[in-house]
Amino acid sequence: MNALLTLESASFTYGDKTAVEGLDFSLMPQDYLCVVGDNGSGKSTLLSGILRLKQPHTGRLSYNETLHRNQIGYLPQQHHVQGNFPASVLEVVLSGRLGHKGPAPFYTKHDRALAREALTLVGAGDLEQEWFGGLSGGQSQRVLIARALATAPDGLKLLILDEPMNGLDPHARTLLYELIRFLNTERGITVIMVTHDVNTAMHFCNRILLLATRQVFFGAPDEFESTELGREFIRDACGGNCAICGFSHKHDEGPHV
Amino acid sequence: MPSAAFRTNMMKVPMFEALFDIFSYGFLLRGLIVGLMVSICAALLGVTLVLKRFAMIGDGLGHVGFGTLAVATAFGWAPLAVSLPVTLLAAFFLLRLSEGGRIKGDAAIALVSASSLAIGIFVVSATTGMNTEVDSFLFGSILTLTNLDVVMSVSLCLVVLVLFILFYNRIFAMTFDENFAKATGMPTGLYNTVLAALVAITIVVGMRMMGALLISSLIIFPALSVMQLGKSYLTVTIWSAVIAVLSFLLGYSLALIFGTPAGASVVIINLATFILLYLTRRVLHKS
Repeated sequence: MNALLTLESASFTYGDKTAVEGLDFSLMPQDYLCVVGDNGSGKSTLLSGILRLKQPHTGRLSYNETLHRNQIGYLPQQHHVQGNFPASVLEVVLSGRLGHKGPAPFYTKHDRALAREALTLVGAGDLEQEWFGGLSGGQSQRVLIARALATAPDGLKLLILDEPMNGLDPHARTLLYELIRFLNTERGITVIMVTHDVNTAMHFCNRILLLATRQVFFGAPDEFESTELGREFIRDACGGNCAICGFSHKHDEGPHV
Repeated sequence: MPSAAFRTNMMKVPMFEALFDIFSYGFLLRGLIVGLMVSICAALLGVTLVLKRFAMIGDGLGHVGFGTLAVATAFGWAPLAVSLPVTLLAAFFLLRLSEGGRIKGDAAIALVSASSLAIGIFVVSATTGMNTEVDSFLFGSILTLTNLDVVMSVSLCLVVLVLFILFYNRIFAMTFDENFAKATGMPTGLYNTVLAALVAITIVVGMRMMGALLISSLIIFPALSVMQLGKSYLTVTIWSAVIAVLSFLLGYSLALIFGTPAGASVVIINLATFILLYLTRRVLHKS
């Protein structure tokens, strides 16, 4: 099977500064990659590169020829929408259709159908006419995932999530992890998720990428845990207190989901 | 004072009968047409500007407009021909600065506002001196509107309206989440530029009537008022335009009846509408 995405000795810069370098890995279709690392380690810059908003400064980033730009969905880091922002859920999801509509100014029936389909898929079909600002954190993340899904008319192939669990309570996190796992396993969508919640995420993903302004580790979660570096990172992420990652589990057990 | 000039004129028109004389007094009709067009455009753009926290750009551009009008008058140039390009440039400049330049957006606006005002006052003082014309630039006057102004205003406002409708969905996407819009391949820089151009045109067209110091209120008030209750972007956009038209008609009538300046009267009605809707929201929220 051909890789969906390959980085070969790639580096990305932020202004004049190298944000992340030594990126050397491939993602296969239906992989679930968790990108971890401290703040400023280059995670978001890597996402910008994968989203084609940044060209590699050195090295190469190549996509499978079957992966078109409109098959990549994106959930940006939770932005703080003004409390009173007037937007209905359907308006938000429909906006996912715009990037690939060309110059056409208005939504078609097909666009509306795709938006509704995406909402139903994430279990938010009944929220269509609701006020986005009135949703809970978990609901609004679902709606934003629906917006990402709506971008692809023939089904999304790659979903990129930038710290989707931020600010969610443990129950909402569990539901969101389940949704992402469903999209990955049942819908065959390749997932790239930037997260600080490494302890929980590694029970769902099949690939871990650790960054520290360079690629430190890329491989399977159990390989990650078997290295001293991996164990140390997991321990530091929790600070020995699992209240931080939101699940009452021990490090050597799975999350209680 | 422009208000004095306006009042002098209005004294010839008996109270209330003034309302029915709109069609016999050319300047009243011109004011009505320009005011309605500008109110609608400003309200439509206002929703986005308020949500993008660019509301003060309108205020800054109003001051730029004053500076350019003052300079144009001092040198005998056609006001619109000078105001429009300079205000457009200022709009692009302010937008670029607001997008993360070294000078923060609010400081950039204050810088441009004060400089334009200073240049305008300096040029006026050095040439014609502070006269009623300058005063009318600051506080607005419907007496200065010519037929050409009306034709230009209506044409430019139609351009703003058509572009706004064509770009409506994209303007929403960018206002709601610019990062996402950029990631999905939308040329956000281009759309921001279009937005800045639309705002600049609206400001220039509306400034003669509403005044450089008051024109930004047409952008800010209707959107803020409707956002107290509106829950969808489309609802808020449409109702902002409706509220803007109603506020203008009421404010304009008030100006005709009491001989008060049209700009200030319209702003006061807008303020009253905002207070009313704000209180309504508080009451609904509590109940």
